[in-house]
Amino acid sequence: MHNDQTLGEYLQSQGVSRRGFLKFCSATASLMALPPSAFAQVAEALATARRPSVVWLSFQECTGCTESLTRSHAPTVESLIFDAISLDYHHTLQAAAGEGAEAARMAAMEENSGEYLLVVDGSIPLGNPAYSTIAGVSNLDMLQESAANAAAIIAVGTCAAFGGIPHANPNPTGAVSVSEIIKDKPIINVSGCPPIPVVITGVLAHYLTFGTIPELDALGRPAAFFGQNIHDRCYRRPFYERGQFAHTFDDEGARKGWCLYELGCKGPTTYNACATLKWNEGTSFPIGSGHGCLGCSEPDFWDKGSFYTPISAGLWGSREALLGAAAAGAAIGVGAAMAARARKKKSQDAEEAQTT
Amino acid sequence: MSSLDDIAVKVEAATGNVTPLLHEIRHALKRVVDGQEGTTIDLQSLPLAPGEQERIESVLGAGEVRAELDALGPTVIQETSYPGVWLVTHRNTEHEVLARFIEVTRIPELLKSQQADIESGISRLATELATADGASFLPQESQAGG
Repeated sequence: MHNDQTLGEYLQSQGVSRRGFLKFCSATASLMALPPSAFAQVAEALATARRPSVVWLSFQECTGCTESLTRSHAPTVESLIFDAISLDYHHTLQAAAGEGAEAARMAAMEENSGEYLLVVDGSIPLGNPAYSTIAGVSNLDMLQESAANAAAIIAVGTCAAFGGIPHANPNPTGAVSVSEIIKDKPIINVSGCPPIPVVITGVLAHYLTFGTIPELDALGRPAAFFGQNIHDRCYRRPFYERGQFAHTFDDEGARKGWCLYELGCKGPTTYNACATLKWNEGTSFPIGSGHGCLGCSEPDFWDKGSFYTPISAGLWGSREALLGAAAAGAAIGVGAAMAARARKKKSQDAEEAQTT
Repeated sequence: MSSLDDIAVKVEAATGNVTPLLHEIRHALKRVVDGQEGTTIDLQSLPLAPGEQERIESVLGAGEVRAELDALGPTVIQETSYPGVWLVTHRNTEHEVLARFIEVTRIPELLKSQQADIESGISRLATELATADGASFLPQESQAGG
């Protein structure tokens, strides 16, 4: 696709009929979690959308976020959206290396100054610049340099959004999130370890379609995908309401698909779209496969105690006390929220104590 | 040695969303009959337990019209046994489901010939007529002078 072509012109030049374009817009609207009624707006905006430049930086990360995206189940829409952006720098995916790669980044930033999208995965180490460098440049310097003239930043993955696993206690590299460094640019946090691929693409599609960033929640995440918690959208929720829980991973409750709350599921305190968008071609998600949610899209998820301890156990002292109260499912819902807040406060206090 | 099939797993889960969805469809149908706008329901946005989507499709059944669109992968547009209720399934070129909608309308938008495609067709036909000589459109026997 040429830079001066609109997406509509590009698709037409590829032999895509208007029906094909409408189908693409339908799938894209669904991808962006927009109501189907917004489909006409999407079609109108996409037809005239122009190709934004994207610079993708990878810092302290495991490449899981890029793996998630490139193994997405929707190659047609994905590839069209990727055709519709100009991915000018991504050191894992691009063919160029060394000075050639860095020259491409500098050229893209210069030619699209003030207009390019900066995507970041991975956290940034502040402990010592040499902990993580690219082409001899520290992550901190590269982030600040690349962010200076960006239109907006998408922090992909929990590491970029909240520090993630590198930030976990004792945080040996002094890892921080993008938003702890950059204060003067719009930042969209697409958290998750890894994030759901269609959420990454959905945010790109939103920018491509409307030229703006989507509505965000209090943690800077797109509200369309992170507006509700896993628990409220979980198909096992009716069992929770009735107090029917699996007690082990192979008991009768587990075999009947009952609620995994007592096995440590973090669904009630985790905001993400896994319960509806799902993974692997929409096949399933952790709870659907019999394992509780780990809460990977929330800040400090690695430091919130065992993945297999109920979320309120730490607050109420013993698992037995929790189980006694579990019979009243709705009451626990309130307790779980209180527990989450208390544990978050406890974790913040512990962190502050450690850093002072 | 036991296999996975030997483990008795019987999922009892149900979100309770199937019946409300069917009521939503009923209300949407009434709006169509009253001359108001149609409704599109994105099935991906609803939490559904294993088997519930199949239950919805089973209740709706298959009606008289089924159309297939081949654009960026196949799309099947199936009228259900309830006239005015259509199940639209978009797949990509690898036949994976991209999106699935229930459209409550007299005819889904995708089935209509689109303005831009019609205009393009007019242009192509005009070019065809301008470049071909009159004999091109006669039966072959006539062209041979028989």
